[in-house]
Amino acid sequence: MPYPPKLKELIKVVESTRAERVARKKRGEEVPFLSLDERKEMLAHHPDFKEEGRRPLKIGPSKGYAIAHEMADLLEARSRVNPDDVDLSNPDIDTDVLVIGGGGAGTAAAILAEENGARVTLVTKLRHGDANTMMAEGGIQAASKGEKDSPYYHYLDVMGGGHFTNVPELVEALVTHAPDAIHWLEKLGCNFSKYPDGRLHTIHGGGTSRKRMHYAADITGAEIMRTIRDEARNRKNIDVVEFVPAVELILNEHGQCAGAVLYNLETQEYMVARAKAVVMATGGSGRLHIQGFMTTNHYGATFDGIVMGYRAGVEVSFLHTVQYHPTGIVFPEQAEGILITEKFRGSGANLVNIEGQQFVNEREPRDVEAAAIIRECTVKGLGVPTPTGKVGIWLDSPMIDMLSGEGTVRREFPGKYILYKRFGIDISKEPMLIYPTLHYQNGGLAFNASSATSLPGLFLAGEVSGGVHGANRLMGNSLLDIVVFGRIAGKAAAAFVHDAAKEGTLTLEHVRRFNKEADEAGIPPERVSPMLLPDYTPPEVKERQLTTHYVGTVR
Amino acid sequence: MPNLQKEMEAELIPIFIMGKRYMVPESLTIMKAIEYAGYQFIRGCGCRGGICGACSTVYRKAGDYKIYSGLACQTVVEPNMYLTQIPFFPALRREYDYETMEPVAESIYQLYPELFRCVACNACTKICPMDVQVLDYISALKRGDLEAATRISFDCIQCGLCASRCMGELPQYHMAQLARRLYGGKIAPKAEHLRQMVEDIASDKFTPVMNDLKAMSVDELRKLYTERELEPAMSGEDWRPSSNVGL
Repeated sequence: MPYPPKLKELIKVVESTRAERVARKKRGEEVPFLSLDERKEMLAHHPDFKEEGRRPLKIGPSKGYAIAHEMADLLEARSRVNPDDVDLSNPDIDTDVLVIGGGGAGTAAAILAEENGARVTLVTKLRHGDANTMMAEGGIQAASKGEKDSPYYHYLDVMGGGHFTNVPELVEALVTHAPDAIHWLEKLGCNFSKYPDGRLHTIHGGGTSRKRMHYAADITGAEIMRTIRDEARNRKNIDVVEFVPAVELILNEHGQCAGAVLYNLETQEYMVARAKAVVMATGGSGRLHIQGFMTTNHYGATFDGIVMGYRAGVEVSFLHTVQYHPTGIVFPEQAEGILITEKFRGSGANLVNIEGQQFVNEREPRDVEAAAIIRECTVKGLGVPTPTGKVGIWLDSPMIDMLSGEGTVRREFPGKYILYKRFGIDISKEPMLIYPTLHYQNGGLAFNASSATSLPGLFLAGEVSGGVHGANRLMGNSLLDIVVFGRIAGKAAAAFVHDAAKEGTLTLEHVRRFNKEADEAGIPPERVSPMLLPDYTPPEVKERQLTTHYVGTVR
Repeated sequence: MPNLQKEMEAELIPIFIMGKRYMVPESLTIMKAIEYAGYQFIRGCGCRGGICGACSTVYRKAGDYKIYSGLACQTVVEPNMYLTQIPFFPALRREYDYETMEPVAESIYQLYPELFRCVACNACTKICPMDVQVLDYISALKRGDLEAATRISFDCIQCGLCASRCMGELPQYHMAQLARRLYGGKIAPKAEHLRQMVEDIASDKFTPVMNDLKAMSVDELRKLYTERELEPAMSGEDWRPSSNVGL
């Protein structure tokens, strides 16, 4: 919908200061960058640094580690199902490798496991391919141009981006397998953007020293996902089961990971899958809406895999950091959470408050920029209220046409221009309303460069894992992560099936133990996890659902 | 400020979800309106960002004979809209061996002979929520032009609405997927520099420098990071760094 009259009135305030701001920009007068000390002060407003936003875990292998309440709530919670009620003696599915998650990481793992001789069952909560992979627009990094780039420079960039906290072996695996990952996708028929002679187009991303971001128009993730999904569908030894999330890992008497308890969302039946190795590839957690933030993530990003792995004894790492993109659309409502690229700010658009005033330089690092926007809206109360009850800041896109000539916005930002046009908003004439948006879970379950965890037989790939990106991920390294570690995990799981897996009685003893720990720590019994689906039911509807039984967020 | 917010609250309008009337805020997408009405999605909801194809929706407007379509997560409700989601539509997908398949149109004809049942009615294009020119890529396939089929079908999100309306009963989006893979992997020129880099890595060309990097302290890394040469934003493909370290 177009901006309602109240917002149009507020836009007049932005317009009243615009000419002056454009003139300043033309004179090269900028809001000064913050000093390192000032940055530190500003970052106190970043959600990651908000002490009241997190708490130490009370139970489990990473007891004492402080993470967001929303994550801690799920990690400390009890199982959705009473282990005593599950009959483990008669599995419904019997397979070599069980892949949990149907995004890019899980699908790549399934293909590689199958290629290495395993029978594979891939279970996924939504449809095969409904995942953040599908939504990644920007691109996929790899040092593919040897005359100017190499894994050496990619490594430096990744470490610097992660504030030098990343696990070196994981970064090495990421960057040295990167070209082969792209090569594999090219062979499978992925249409990367190329010059006529086959040379790949590459561009910069934030924090890259060389142009190594490969892309497929502006739907890179979707092109990768649909290509490998198509390949997986061709493989005779890959079974895909949709709308059946895993809710609990199963171990065997030898302490190996040996399957999972599954839940059919449609018939509400629990099932048992027995496997000789398991690949966890359930993705991230944007739908937890940490500290109430909106998110760019898909509907199923609810932290499930981390909960299951944690209960089975795997530690978590880097979960205290979450990536917020500073400029997500906050209104109109139908585009809420969608990213507005940094390029708008790079092209001269100011960030301004309800009074039409600038309050931060537009090219501060992501975390600083996000913190400044949050401070302006919360502490200072100078945000712009939206009809949906949110608060935002103006991103003054019409400045770009005034600075670089009429038609620039339309030419340089066709996707966003058309998107807003559909809502009746011309962003070359009217500003955009933005607010920081939850984008990526930097951390996850701990694992090594062979995708293996401390639990024999459990392998990880993608956003569910932690350590590759350290405290902050660079653009273009998440698509890379899922392909590289998906392939490593698939291969490693198939090898485990042949070399290490032992037959043995299945058990959920670890779940009983965890539930007991939760009892002893006084965790409220109604708290259960994994979450599986977010709950967007309005409170007024819930009040009238007199006979509805919720287990967590799921009816 | 709270007062301002109150004043800007959206008005409620009637919509009909599968024929049943609900009052929902006029500013919501179809997806959020369905949730506002009290549904919890299992099917019909995916990325919520307009690219996964899970939430295709067909609707009519009051007094209008036309069928409209859209993605529930991208389309704003209108008063008296009659809607239903079509989260799944059965369409035959045939398995094939990609490795050995010839990148020619005949491969597609053999797998999907129903392609020639197309009567060019254009119902597929009309229903497409992504404005893909479905009939145009089907025509390209009939002509044997896999490059054009790839290009024209590129924004397809495989929601299946085209197949639901097809009087020839074609699974258009599966054919397009096949065409894109044959073109991308077997017809389009290969990236020679990529192949070369894969070979260099496999022959351990970078193993020594990578081992050095891994052994470095944070301070040493920080220094290398700060001093690394940055490729200029406006450089072309011919740009070369001044140092060969690490290459």
